[in-house]
Amino acid sequence: MKATSRDVNGVEIIKLEGKITIGAGDSQLREVIGNAINAGKKNILLDMSGVTTIDSSGIGELVGSYTTVTNRGGKLKLLHLPAKLNELLHVTQLITVFEVYDSESDALGSF
Amino acid sequence: MERDGERIEITISSRFENIELVQVIAEHLCENAGLDEDGSHWIGMAVREAVANAIKHGNKLDVRKKVSATFDLRGSELEIRIKDEGEGFDPAKVSDPLNPKNLMKTSGRGIFYMKTFMDHIEYSFDDGGGTMLLMTKNLAKGSGIATTKA
Repeated sequence: MKATSRDVNGVEIIKLEGKITIGAGDSQLREVIGNAINAGKKNILLDMSGVTTIDSSGIGELVGSYTTVTNRGGKLKLLHLPAKLNELLHVTQLITVFEVYDSESDALGSF
Repeated sequence: MERDGERIEITISSRFENIELVQVIAEHLCENAGLDEDGSHWIGMAVREAVANAIKHGNKLDVRKKVSATFDLRGSELEIRIKDEGEGFDPAKVSDPLNPKNLMKTSGRGIFYMKTFMDHIEYSFDDGGGTMLLMTKNLAKGSGIATTKA
């Protein structure tokens, strides 16, 4: 998994690309979120458009990231969900947990 | 969709990087049998979760232990068997990830996804050790999963 970060008006936009799967991107995602928090970032927008594969471990890391950021007083939201990831969040009812946006400007305006 | 007597078997060592090999076989088998890309993807996802569980929870990442996967396609009926060399577990003790108290757990969704994407799953346990997961799917019914646009 590759992660590219940029700051826009205090929101850390992290674009994730590749696989978030067991033994691969799952631990990397935890590291990326941890690094952002340690750098003082509170509001995080994960751009998921480049995610090609995600499994239950990856979904679990998304949930863990959400909890970690929220517990520190921040917000974690999702941008550009691929259809299959959207489906995985729907069937597990996690779609009710995450705020999801199709537009970056709308997402930025929501923080 | 009708294919008779297709059988594919593969045995892997317990490494996460081998999961995709088995997933790709499942997806290609389904696509060759006429299932669409989405339907094949969801069956591949169920296989991915099954193999990951066998490696992690069954064989506990011991690379000396093997995971075998057998795909049997008779007509439109697909049977998939995933076997590990672990000590087994009690499926009744697997928590429901849709229960609100479990919603924010970081694990425990793999079996749920398998049940969602397949028609039927069941575990059996050898007295001498080892867990066998049987998953079935009638490919003629399609994936049964309506992929929604984000």
